[in-house]
Amino acid sequence: MSSTQDHPAKAKAFVANNERAHWHDKALWFVREKRDRMANSLPEWETLREVASEIKSHTIGKLADYLEQFEENATKLGVHVHWAKDDKEHNRIVLEILQSHDVKRVVKSKSMLTEECHLNPFLEKHDIEVIDTDLGERIVQLRDESPSHIVLPAIHIRKEEVSETFEEHLGTEHGNSDPKYLTEAARGHLREKFLGADAGITGVNFAIAETGGIVVCTNEGNADLGVSLPKLHIACMGIEKIIPRLNDLSVFLRLLARSATGQPITTYSSHFHGPLTGGEMHIVLLDNGRSDLMGSNEFRNSLKCIRCGACMNTCPVYRRSGGHSYSTTVPGPIGSILAPAMDSKANKSLPFACSLCGSCTDVCPVKIDLHHQLLTWRGELRKRGQLPIDKWLPMKVGSWVMRSPSLFAMVGSIGRFFLRNMPRWMIYHGLNSWGKQRELPEAPKKSFRQLYNEQQKNKPQAGDKNNE
Amino acid sequence: MQVALFVPCYVDQLYPQVAMATLRLLERLGLEVVYPQNQTCCGQPMSNTGCWDDALPLAQRFLETFAQYEYVVAPSGSCVAMVRNHYDELLGGQPGFNELKNKTFELCEFLVDVLKINQLSGSFPHQVGLHQSCHGLRDLRMGSCSEIVGPRFSKPKQLLELLDDIQFSELQRDDDCCGFGGTFAVSEEAVSCMMGQDRIADHLQAGTQILTAADMSCLMHLQGIIRRENHPIKVMHIAEILAEAVEPGSMKSVAVTEAGKS
Ligand code: SF4
Repeated sequence: MSSTQDHPAKAKAFVANNERAHWHDKALWFVREKRDRMANSLPEWETLREVASEIKSHTIGKLADYLEQFEENATKLGVHVHWAKDDKEHNRIVLEILQSHDVKRVVKSKSMLTEECHLNPFLEKHDIEVIDTDLGERIVQLRDESPSHIVLPAIHIRKEEVSETFEEHLGTEHGNSDPKYLTEAARGHLREKFLGADAGITGVNFAIAETGGIVVCTNEGNADLGVSLPKLHIACMGIEKIIPRLNDLSVFLRLLARSATGQPITTYSSHFHGPLTGGEMHIVLLDNGRSDLMGSNEFRNSLKCIRCGACMNTCPVYRRSGGHSYSTTVPGPIGSILAPAMDSKANKSLPFACSLCGSCTDVCPVKIDLHHQLLTWRGELRKRGQLPIDKWLPMKVGSWVMRSPSLFAMVGSIGRFFLRNMPRWMIYHGLNSWGKQRELPEAPKKSFRQLYNEQQKNKPQAGDKNNE
Repeated sequence: MQVALFVPCYVDQLYPQVAMATLRLLERLGLEVVYPQNQTCCGQPMSNTGCWDDALPLAQRFLETFAQYEYVVAPSGSCVAMVRNHYDELLGGQPGFNELKNKTFELCEFLVDVLKINQLSGSFPHQVGLHQSCHGLRDLRMGSCSEIVGPRFSKPKQLLELLDDIQFSELQRDDDCCGFGGTFAVSEEAVSCMMGQDRIADHLQAGTQILTAADMSCLMHLQGIIRRENHPIKVMHIAEILAEAVEPGSMKSVAVTEAGKS
């Protein structure tokens, strides 16, 4: 993967449709405000975040032990546990399980991990039909797009567009974009798919080491249905999804839905402890770069993520640039940390797709220091020699100038002189990004240093501390 | 009490009146203020771009320049955040560094936390829209932010509230970022400007007459848009408002030039 993802260019294209960009921003801000109301209804909110953060840190510190414990307990429950080093191995394992059961049709509930592995196209290539059963994901799938948000995969699509998509694929009425009507249509369509499926694939929100059970949170109950009708259940999870005890779960369930969508709890929190009678259950545990992150002091914290999406909803850049501008499976602040860990060169613009406002860090239910990690990534790109010249050269020059107060004063006064005296066309041209939609400051004749020194000269007796 | 004035580089060059207002205000409060001539830039632009190596000599210079003073005060939340929260990686362990961190304050923090100012005689009969600059808000915790559950407070607002006749704008989004973000303003120009325009739209609907903040960098960006789009909002740094209120007339010349194009 050597193609360079350029966030600014894609963001610019998104912003260019001003009306749509504002609609997107407002839709997400609405979710963020709902989250605020929900968070504020719990006086113990900040304590919960702290506890969740500590549980996650503790777990990541002993991940190998907890994974072993989980495998042992899950196996006792009759689950087949598989380990996948990377996306390829993950997909191969899933395919083998499916092929050994002669599966032709799969229903899948929402799983960012299978997106990460590009499981759908892989299975389709092997003549297995995969139907995403989460409504948003199904919409995106029918449109041959990828999710633009980890919790609200179709947040970038308007209901009129859904109507067109459904008309084309499900035969709904032309021009009817009533959400209730469209949901009913999707429900009918998905029901058939559920009934005809040979296997169900789910993601995993939490895997409990102590019990070997897994928990899947959905709002539509589609995970339950998808693994209750077919006899074969494959659950795919990243190794960071482990929590030590069943007791810990309550902390996360309280945080997750409130942070994600501003609901007090996800509609369905489905617990799975082993296969259905007469059925089979498999869990595929994926590493795919996660243990590298675990070994990194700077970025280990990003493994605490419970994929609530709150950092996306709050991010002023994400809200205005859309999830696809990140060109990654997981967009937004957390995605901009995870993606460079996989390929820093290709994703080098992502740590800069951030104004460093810090809102993500304060909203994150597990207290990941997101904006600090983004800043750390910038330094890491510098170390790896991956910063583009237009970023590092001005800083090098700036640093040289600023090492000398007199040089700084001189460069400053020349700059101000030009700013004051140059004709407008020489200042506001194509290369001046600042000036496209903004005026530059009006340059004063004198700097503060000059004014101050003049003032000091005029009142020599007042506090004449010469501190040259 | 002796205070060393730390004037961020761009304030020195582009907004000298903000630093003058800070100086006047602190002197008016009876402090001995000095301006160490060796200062230049804290290194924040370099460090925010990932160029730690280029920031290092500037951090070093900062420490050498300011170590000797009792307090260091700057009219900028983000530069102070640089010193307090990001210098560790550059200067950690150096003699005088911990002391420096603990004695460097953003102006409003200094007035509220160190000087414990709880009255100011002055009036500012305008409707003020307070922009909560992110680094001050979330790095220095100069106020409560909307993400965190807990008591609500704002040090800049607390100071402004001491002035007579002042009114505040009710914003729809209290602390959404303005989109400046240093080099972000240029590298992500489209998003940056949209963020700025959205903030200004919020202030327009709220009836803001004077837009203020504790960080001139956010205001530089917002003012750039205001002037380009000819909105009837005047921009003043909080130090200018406080100085003008406690010493009427002192900022008149500034007020006129600033209002110039808006
Ligand atoms: S980083 Fe935090 S806020 Fe973002 S998705 Fe993960 S848990 Fe949620």
